[in-house]
Amino acid sequence: MELVAQERAGVLVIRAMRDRIDAASAIQFKDKMRELTGNSTAPRVVLDMSNIAFLDSSGLGAVVAVLKLLAPDRKLELSGLTPTVQKVFRLTRMDSIFVIHDGVPDGFRHAG
Amino acid sequence: MTACRMGFGMQVDMARPKAPPNGLAMTHHIGALHDHALQLTFPGQPEQVRQALQDVLASPPLADLAQDIRGTAEIVLAEVFNNIVEHAYVEHGGNITLRLGRQDGVLLCEVSDTGAPMPGLCLPAGQFQPLEDLADLPEGGFGWYLIRNLTEGLTYRRLNGGNRLSFQLATKQSGA
Repeated sequence: MELVAQERAGVLVIRAMRDRIDAASAIQFKDKMRELTGNSTAPRVVLDMSNIAFLDSSGLGAVVAVLKLLAPDRKLELSGLTPTVQKVFRLTRMDSIFVIHDGVPDGFRHAG
Repeated sequence: MTACRMGFGMQVDMARPKAPPNGLAMTHHIGALHDHALQLTFPGQPEQVRQALQDVLASPPLADLAQDIRGTAEIVLAEVFNNIVEHAYVEHGGNITLRLGRQDGVLLCEVSDTGAPMPGLCLPAGQFQPLEDLADLPEGGFGWYLIRNLTEGLTYRRLNGGNRLSFQLATKQSGA
């Protein structure tokens, strides 16, 4: 699970470079997220999921675990949800729990 | 025999296998495979599940369907396969067999394994857990909820020491 982190103005943007977070990669994703967020003190963490075409319930569980890991002092926000990923969040009503951005936050769009 | 609490659209058939009457039970048996039919057997392991999903999505009948339908199929099949890997094959491994057929606007899906039976020979309820306190948010238990939400005619059978789950998926987008 390749994740690329970039921090600017109190926002840590982590971009998933692979195309799925599934049962085969969920634990690795969670560990890598813990490591990357642990190396930063940014209060806001945005996970850019625009490369993620597919997420299963194990992947969803891992994203929720990262949200809980960062709480209560830091927030995990999501961006760039592709249609199937969006469907999983909508059906499980997790779209009401996360702040979800359509695109990557301003200032990061052309970065990296 | 333990009685299952029936969920909507769910049947548990514990009867001995018997030949379906001709022309009937096509929703439960993809015996006479039609055009656009697919059968795939693969080892019940996470990496193999991922590969199988990618192969199935890229092959007919799923390859020809709208993106939204393919997404739904991928979610359902992933959850069904993952449940087999994590529960039925927790003691010893085995293969998973998927059969897909397309008929009258629906995809007929049948997934078989030779693993442990469903507890109580019943399908899990897959009830929605209310999302309240952030610290108590569930990190699992979404699988059956998603399967029940996205399929029709979900049927579980324990046959000849194996499990067989059959269900249907719409091949046309609903208005919802």
